[in-house]
Order: sequence, then structure tokens, then C-alpha cells
Amino acid sequence: MRIMENRIREARPHVTRNEKLIFERSSPGKSGADFPPLDVPPVSPEEAFGVELSRGEVEGFPEVSELEVIRHYTRLSTWNYGVDTGLYPLGSCTMKYNPRINEEVARLDGLASEHPYAPEALVQGCLGVLYETGRCLREITGMDAITLQPAAGAQGELTGLLMIRAYLAERGNPRQYILIPDSAHGTNPASATISGYEVRNIKSDECGCLDLAALEQVMTEDVAALMLTNPNTLGIFEARIREIADLVHSRGGLVYMDGANMNALVGVARPADFGVDVLHLNLHKTFSTPHGGGGPGSGPVAVKKVLEPYLPLPVIERMPQGTFGLNYDRPRSIGRVRAFYGNFGMAVRALAYIQANGFEGLRQTARDAVLNANYVMSQLKDSFDLASYCALMHECVFSDRRQAARGVRTGDIAKRLIDYGFHPYTTAFPLIVPGALMIEPTESASKEELDAFINAMVSIAQEVEENPEFVLKAPYTTRVSRLDEVAAARKPVLRWKPSH
Amino acid sequence: MRYLPNSGSDRAAMLKATGRSSVEEFFDRIPDELRFNGRLDLPGPLSEPEILDFFRQAASRSTREYVSLLGAGAYRHYAPVSVNALLSRGEFFTAYTPYQAEISQGTLQAMFEFQTLMTQLTGMEVGNASLYDGSTATTEAVLMAMRLTRRQRVLLARTLHPEYGEVLRTFIRHQGTAILQVPWEDSGQLDLCQLEAMLNAETAAVVVQSPNFFGALERTSRIAEAVHRCGALLIVSIAEPLSLALAKPPGEADIVCGEAQSFGLGVAFGGPYVGFLTAKEKFLRQMPGRLVGQTVDSEGRRGFVLTLATREQHIRREKATSNICTNQSLCALAVTIYLSLLGKHGLRTLAEQNLAKAHYAARQLAAIPGVSTPFGGPYFNEFVVRTPCDADGLLADLQKHRIIGGLHLERFYPELKNHLLVCVTEMVGREAIDRTVEAIRRAAGAEAEIESNGPGAEFAGCEAVSVSPGAKK
Repeated sequence: MRIMENRIREARPHVTRNEKLIFERSSPGKSGADFPPLDVPPVSPEEAFGVELSRGEVEGFPEVSELEVIRHYTRLSTWNYGVDTGLYPLGSCTMKYNPRINEEVARLDGLASEHPYAPEALVQGCLGVLYETGRCLREITGMDAITLQPAAGAQGELTGLLMIRAYLAERGNPRQYILIPDSAHGTNPASATISGYEVRNIKSDECGCLDLAALEQVMTEDVAALMLTNPNTLGIFEARIREIADLVHSRGGLVYMDGANMNALVGVARPADFGVDVLHLNLHKTFSTPHGGGGPGSGPVAVKKVLEPYLPLPVIERMPQGTFGLNYDRPRSIGRVRAFYGNFGMAVRALAYIQANGFEGLRQTARDAVLNANYVMSQLKDSFDLASYCALMHECVFSDRRQAARGVRTGDIAKRLIDYGFHPYTTAFPLIVPGALMIEPTESASKEELDAFINAMVSIAQEVEENPEFVLKAPYTTRVSRLDEVAAARKPVLRWKPSH
Repeated sequence: MRYLPNSGSDRAAMLKATGRSSVEEFFDRIPDELRFNGRLDLPGPLSEPEILDFFRQAASRSTREYVSLLGAGAYRHYAPVSVNALLSRGEFFTAYTPYQAEISQGTLQAMFEFQTLMTQLTGMEVGNASLYDGSTATTEAVLMAMRLTRRQRVLLARTLHPEYGEVLRTFIRHQGTAILQVPWEDSGQLDLCQLEAMLNAETAAVVVQSPNFFGALERTSRIAEAVHRCGALLIVSIAEPLSLALAKPPGEADIVCGEAQSFGLGVAFGGPYVGFLTAKEKFLRQMPGRLVGQTVDSEGRRGFVLTLATREQHIRREKATSNICTNQSLCALAVTIYLSLLGKHGLRTLAEQNLAKAHYAARQLAAIPGVSTPFGGPYFNEFVVRTPCDADGLLADLQKHRIIGGLHLERFYPELKNHLLVCVTEMVGREAIDRTVEAIRRAAGAEAEIESNGPGAEFAGCEAVSVSPGAKK
């Protein structure tokens, strides 16, 4: 082994192999794709565009064979961790199983191959899938109308807020503020700003819940809406949401619900009954579409009847004769939020997931997700400080208070967890918890997997007591050790450049 | 409930460990009046074969047997099977945003490669790790330009994809921004004189698409000169980036953004696609979206991390450069794999095939009596055809031959009645082009004949438009 290392610097066990960038594997003349012979007369770019608008070869572009591409990306994939690898308890992200049948049906010729501008009469299959997905989501939320256009949750937030703005503006005054609890996702305030509002933060109580007395004070006639996540980011149901909604409504405002945590509620409770006027769902969380290393997502927005006229264009409708069509004739609409009709492929997957589960399956899913989170909480509460003692739903949040006293923070515990074979939980969020460890096991975690995770967490808590220095240098078993994020930001290198 | 891994006894054991007597107790915080006790009207539970059957039936009500000449922001190209094979690796598609860099090096390195490929193609210095799609990338580019210039006036080429313009209007409506439109000239390209006249010291940005919505390449160098003279930024939006394999990249622009669906993603009824945004390095701190940067680990080995997160919503909240969180990583990965497979020469060969086929089709169509290609500007794989009679009738006629003949531009431009936007990629064989041309020749000829004999009942709706004498038999 030692001899080999001295002589051969490149070779390593395959999963830790030092795979270069694709550009560095390139050598002139190679290609990984062939084409049928051209069956029309060739045209040169100089002839078509003129010399001024033509270009030579793309400098630095890779030249590699098909096998090299396959090996390169297969090797890269082994440096990743996914739900398919093991427990991925990233809080607020709902890293559940992504069924393979979803992938199969989303790739069917006739769905994946359809052009968005094909005549409506010829694409009834795609339109029908969109309509049925929307119908199921309306049924689950109890809301009256829906758009599947937003490309992700944050875009859904923006869409919902613009609808609120249009509604209020039509009544004479769009108002000035959006109220957002300090426990909310960062996308909430960012979306509020882009929609032309100012943000007023409200302090949460020890459950991360809204303080009704505080709301009473800040809920003025200048406030357009309250944005509320329910269950909130501590995993706790906002039990007084009906009273909160009544208060907001009594002062002419609307209630926006961030539906990121809807996995705890499907089949159990419907946001429409909470007094919510508009909410977004994340198909990549609750409805099993894959997270893809950070997208594509999908953020449908469901609304009550009062907001229906403002839905983005176009709206898909079922015609009296049973066919489906796209309605663009909606003068009060906020307009388009994305080209075409949104991430159609995600709607296909979400519908396949709903079909696979049915009503009972979805309700059991919510119950299992809640049971799993509570089980983890019950087994870790002696080793870590709970952020809150209120009854939990789909996730549990701890503080690193005890470990921080030994110099170990939530991010360090997360790195050590990697050595035990798990993807870390969400670190340092929500912001209201000092050094948060936010754990969402989802229904996809078996008891066996959870027990292994619990053992790992308890063991790390012991390591922190016995040898904190050791934890601070984790991880030890990954291809690369702890990466220097400060250096990356100080002098950003964001692309490869040829060395010559 | 094949997706749930716990058995009844697992559940019972866990419940016991929590000290509760029933799972119901966990839901006690939800007041009774907010509980749902009914039965949701949902399909299922369905087995795999039943789900397959449902979607196969949906897929049969489609245009999959048709020849399609539709482009307009969604381009049909062949994706090598390796793209899908690699995307289907669970380690890629079941991971999330690579916050934990040490176990996300696969995604991070691939995103670094994506950023590099996009800068190489567009002639820019830095690029981000993807945005939702071309329309939202264009909106983000405009917001970025407004932050950089602190100005509030935006000029859009009318030949920007109309839906990109609509999305932009939706999102910047409340920023107090003036949006003006710059017309096109006879060539179908941006009217440079009009642009010069409209530019002023309040202008934040000018947005042009190249190739534009009519397929024409823009003279971005000359546009950039005019834009920069008044201190504004030039944003070039690109919906068909395959053109960049042959066309000069808009290196004089300040921000280049657009849609990379062409590179390995299906047209998929409009999504998921993948937006990109590249720019001059000096604008880096105002860029939206995730950025992957190179760094080293504690032993000096190269690795990659998400970087400059202080621009982002999870750190900056209401002061973030964008509200984007989840973007389009997996689609960006598809683009990266696709471009790696084709490589320098494959991409060029493919682009040459598109160029040749579109020019062949345009020549054949223009040779039909009465049919013309009214815009003279240089084009890549998409162009405009003027039909001698009602274009909707013509398209309906072609549909009977299982041909989707293009997009009637009247949908977005009332003055372009009877103008079709036609796209010919490598997916359309010569035989299909010839068949389409023949069908149009017959349809145009038939309508011309009916018109010369006075309007028949069948074509009563067809407007009398000028028909060259040669169209009459």
C-alpha cells in the first residue's frame, strides 16, 4: 500500500478517487455523441450569419468519449448522499422517498415529449394530468382554486403575495406591510420585499407560535397580510390559527400560509378550515417529487374564492363537454409568473404519488411522519436540549446549548454525523433557537434506521463530553475533509480555466 | 402503502417509547373544529401497473405521432440515452441542495462544471448554478441590473419572448419601474435607431433576445455600444443556446441569461426547464441564485462549496438579492452531462445540422407561390413565414396530415396575422420537411384557387390577402 502510494499518486479506492473536472479529462478529437448524416445541403455559419456574427470553436469545451462521461458522473454521484443512500433528516425539507414509478411515468413519450404550444385539442392528455393534479391538491387543502405555475415554493410565495396585493389594490389600498414571525423561512421576507411590501417581524412564543397579544398590537390597517407556517418551523401546530385569522380578517388583511410542512396535515386537517386565504405547497416536499440536488421543485398556490380572479395566467379549465382548456381571458389576473405552465413534470410525479397512496395512504403517511419525529424526540431529549416542550408534529428541534458549552456547535455535530453514515439535520435554523438542530425524519424512515440514527446522535453527545476536539475535526470518512468556506468566499473561483 | 417502511409492531414499539397510548394524541394540538374527519375524494390506492396504465392513456392523447415545427422557447433536440441513465442515479436525484459540502461533492463539482460551461458558451466571466427557467432568469437579470445601476427604467425588445416579458411585468410591477418596448426593423432585428432614441440617463437596462423570438440573430456589439454610452447595462436573453455553438457570443453584454432546455431536457409541456445567468465578474455580488466555488479541505485537496451565501435569502432575508431557494439543479446536471457528451465538436456538428435544415426548409417554403420569409435578418434554426391565406386554417389543414406547422404569431403580435414562426431542428428529417412543404403548397394553392373562384362556404373565414399570380392554376 505504501509503495503504491509513493509511486502512483492518482489511483485510490474508487469511491474516493480523485476525479478531475470534465475539462481536465478532455483531449482533442474525442466526442461522446454521433449524428445521422445530414440529409440536406450544408450551410456554413459565415454564409448564414456573416463573418461578424459567426464564432469559431467554443474554447475550453470538453472533448471526451461516452464511457468517460459515464464514469465521470457515476464517480461524482458516489460522492453524494441521497434519500436512496440513507436517512436524510434535513428539517423543513421533507426528504421522503421519491418513488421510481413517478420517474417512469414522467418520462413517457406523449407527456415528456409534448410541446407547450401544441394545439390544445391535441394535448388533452397533458392538460388532463394538470387538471387532475390541481383537483387533488384542492381537495387535500380544501381550497377553492389553484395554480400549478410557480416553479418552487419561493415563487409560490411571491405569487400568493402578488395576488393579495392585487386583491387589496382593487379595494382601494394595497397596504404597506407583511407580518412575518421570526421563526419563518428566509424566503418569506425575501418574497415580501420583491412583491413591494415592507416586512414587520413578530416575535414568537416558546412554541414558535404567534403571540396573539403581539399580533393584536401590530395588526393595523397598514398590514396587507400575515405569513404563517403551519405547523411552524419548530414542528408545532399553530393551535390558535382560527383566532389569528379572524383577527387579521377583522382588520382587512389576509392570511398566507407557508405550506412547506403540509406533510404533517394531509388527510388530517385542511388549511381552508383554518381561515387561510392562500397557501403554497411544495410538491418536492409533501408530494414526493425528487429534490434533485436542489431542484426542480414546484410550488402550486391554492386560494379561496375571493382570490381566484387574480390567479396567474393561464388557468386550466374543464369544459362542459369534458375536455380541458387554458383560459387566458382573465383581466384581473396578476399576469404570468413563469413561461408556459410551470414544472409540468413535477405535477405528473405528484399525481402518481397521490394515486399510489390514496386517501388512507396519505393519512397514514402523515401519521407515520409525526410518529417518527416524536420517537426521535423522545430518544434524544436526554442527550440534547429540546427547543420547546410543546407537542410536536413532523419535526423536532433541539438546541446545541449543552454541547456549545464544550465548544461544539450544531454544525460540528452535523459533520460528525456524516461519519456515522447519515446526512445531517438542518443546522442553525430556525433562527429563534440558539444553535438549532432541526430533525425531520419523514415517514420514509424505518424504526431500524431511526434507531441507528438515535444511537449515532447519543454517541456523538458522549464524544462531545469526552473529546470535543475530536468532534470539531469531523468528518473523517468522506472523500474530502472539512472544506474551507471562508477561503471560497474571500477569493471566489467560480469556473475552471485552462492552465495555459 | 408500499412506500411506508414501518410495520404495525414497529409503530407500536415507537409509540410505547414516546409514552403515548395512541398516535391520535400527537394531533391533540389541532382543535377539533379544525380537524378533517371526512373522506377526501382522491384516486387510489393504485398499484404500479394501474398507475402506468393511467399515464399511458394520458400519453396517448398527445402529438407524439406528429411532425412538429414548433419552437418559440421550447426546442426539440435528441438527448443521448446516457443523459437519462446518469440523471437516474439516486445519489443525484434524491439529494437536496448541497449545504453539507463533504457529502455533496458530486452535485457541487457538477454545478461548478455547469457554471464553467455556461460562461464558455456565453462569453461571460461568471455564472450561477441555475435559475427556474428562461423567463424568470430574464426577470432576475433585470432586477440585478436595477440594483447595479440604481435606475428604474427598462427597455425591452419587442422581439423578446412575449412570455418572458409578461413574467417580467408581473414581478417588477411593484418596483415603480417603467418598462418600454423597442420595435423591430424590416430585418426582424432590433431597430437600432429607435433604441438610440429611447435610451436616456434613467435607463437601467436594455433586454434583447438573440436569436430573438422571430429567430433572428441580434447585432449585440452595436447594441452594447449604444447602451453603454448612456450608462445602462445590456442584458442578452437566449432561449436557444444551441445557436451559441455557431454564433458569436454576446461578450459585450453585461449579463447573459436564458433557457438551457435545449441541452438534454425534453420539451415536457413547458417544464421543468433550467434558467442560466452569467455576467461580468464585477457584478458578482449582485448575482441571484446559488453559486458554487472552488476551495480546499483541511489537507489541501480541491473541493467545492456553496459560496457567497450572504447574498441569499436564508442569510439576508428581506435584503437578499433574490428569494430563490430551490432552483433547477438536476436539470443543470442534465445540461452538464449533455454538453460533456456532445463536447466541442458534437455541439458544433449538431448546430450545423440545425442551421442547414432550417435554411433548407425556409428555401423550400419561400419557393411556394405566395409564401414568403418576410424578415431578412440572419437566423439559426427558427424563422418567420408569411402565408398567402388564413394561417389558422392552414395550420388546421396541416394537422389533418399530422403536421404541426408552427406558431401563429398573431397570438402575440396582432400585426403579424398570417405569419408563422417555424422551427426546424435535427429532429425533423428531410422527408418530413418535404412532406410539410408539399402540404403547405397544396393548402395554400387550394385556398388561393377558392379565393380566385370567390369564397366558398368552407373557407368563408379566410381573409383575402395578396396572392401572387403564380398561385393560380
